[in-house]
Amino acid sequence: MSFPWAQHYQPKAPLMRWLDEKLPLPRLAYNAIGAGYPVPRNLSYMWNFGVLAGFCLVMQIVTGVILAMHYAPNAAIAFDSTEHIMRDVNWGWLMRYSHANGASAFFVVIYLHIFRGFFYSSYKAPREMVWLLGVVIFLLMMATAFMGYVLPWGQMSFWGAKVITGLFGAIPVVGEPLQIWLLGGYAPDNAALNRFFSLHFLLPFVIAGVIILHIWALHIPGSSNPTGVEVKSESDTLPFHPYYTAKDGFGLGVFLIVYFAFVFFMPNSLAHPDNYIPANPLSTPALIVPEWYFWPFYAILRAFTADFFFIEAKLMGVLAMFASILVWFFLPWLDRSPVRSGHYRPLFRKFFWFGLIPSVLVLGYCGGSHPEEPYLMLSQVATAYYFLHFLVILPLVSAFERPEPLPFSITEAVLGSDKKAVLGDNAAAAS
Amino acid sequence: MLAESTTELDISAIEAGQAVKAMFRKQPLFVRNLTDKEIAEADAVDISELRDPQTLAERTKEGKANWLITMGVCTHLGCVPLGAGEGENRGPFGGYFCPCHGSAYDTAARIRKGPAPRNLEVPAYEFTSDTTILVG
Repeated sequence: MSFPWAQHYQPKAPLMRWLDEKLPLPRLAYNAIGAGYPVPRNLSYMWNFGVLAGFCLVMQIVTGVILAMHYAPNAAIAFDSTEHIMRDVNWGWLMRYSHANGASAFFVVIYLHIFRGFFYSSYKAPREMVWLLGVVIFLLMMATAFMGYVLPWGQMSFWGAKVITGLFGAIPVVGEPLQIWLLGGYAPDNAALNRFFSLHFLLPFVIAGVIILHIWALHIPGSSNPTGVEVKSESDTLPFHPYYTAKDGFGLGVFLIVYFAFVFFMPNSLAHPDNYIPANPLSTPALIVPEWYFWPFYAILRAFTADFFFIEAKLMGVLAMFASILVWFFLPWLDRSPVRSGHYRPLFRKFFWFGLIPSVLVLGYCGGSHPEEPYLMLSQVATAYYFLHFLVILPLVSAFERPEPLPFSITEAVLGSDKKAVLGDNAAAAS
Repeated sequence: MLAESTTELDISAIEAGQAVKAMFRKQPLFVRNLTDKEIAEADAVDISELRDPQTLAERTKEGKANWLITMGVCTHLGCVPLGAGEGENRGPFGGYFCPCHGSAYDTAARIRKGPAPRNLEVPAYEFTSDTTILVG
């Protein structure tokens, strides 16, 4: 769907007319990311991150496919083949560093995208499905990133695989057989490495599929915007091309500068040195931590140090970690406020900036630290706040908050008045 | 691999107080020759105070109470505890100590402190002679 004033695709060249009758792909692109897709005129740079995430996925697939041409998914030579890529393969170091830092870049972008959604309540009707599909994409990304980290078969790869599959071992009764089945053995080995490689290759294409659904679902109501007020008239929108292709292009340029600063000048700054030691089942690294993008969730996992009612501490940690993401699925129904944008919600805004953001940052810091005091106590407090925020504070705030007055329309928010939308065709007469 | 079901070990060279790390099903296996003092320490514990109550006798073979044979896999998240290698930190209870999340095991490899829920697992094994064991 699109707004009635959207420009229509009219192929002029005979070849394009011929193609439009046979397979209207240019028409699809024109209506999705071209001049045929009207977008709110007031999108800020926070709306760049969807396009950037898409770029990251493409980059990860391209570099990943090239890496797979040289990598050997066999426990005996996986580590050596990774070093072979680094030392012998032409431009192999660039492919591997781009891919490894690309994962970090992807998560930076996706976290900004998600927190944009939190602040502007992008999950609210009519965009619930966009949000739900987004959470699915995030879960798939987490699985993909975890399995990719196992492939170099260093110490962190091995012990990460052991600890993460050990999470499933916490499930009562079926846990242990399930863990053995997932790994194809009692401990991570060739069987586990092979299936992780296979799935790591498959899942990005599943993600690409869900992204198509995500964008499809988005294009039915159209993009949200920083005011949270829906589009009312043509003056509220601009065609996607050239206005937002240009704005996204600028954002992409900034993104690439930062990203390649990492790839070229500090490619290992986000990695863990222990992963340059070949996997050794007989020796555990002193500190097992996942990559930075999993730290908040890892902190929640470790925050449960004592049995909780009748549930074992270990199982409780696992449940809480999964629940911390699954709770996002319920957001559209937990936050009942009719106002979307945090700019017009004084109370919500305070809890967002002084509650949710600090609690996630504290969890992230604790997740990368040794599991000892004060980090355990800090992660317990932050975990408690995190769940309170979504399950108690958001519903209460939406019930009791008095939102600030909304602008009449997007145009009014931008220009200070919107006579045409208020007066309709009488606008000319009135002025 | 799952097919690797049994492992035979010669334990004749392990002196009292020593321990070795072996491999069983691709996982570390701790074989430890306890000293009399360590056995006495393990027996002196009131088992009703334990998280996973078991006596040393229940965790060893009859007449072979000095041979403590356990998996070297922490029951918390699967790290390899310290204490089997020469000079490694055996933790506050003199048995094994897991550096990942601070679980401490006593001289019967029972969990005494830290997040691990259970004692180190004792695999199925038998003495095929006085100096060899068959694990699995």
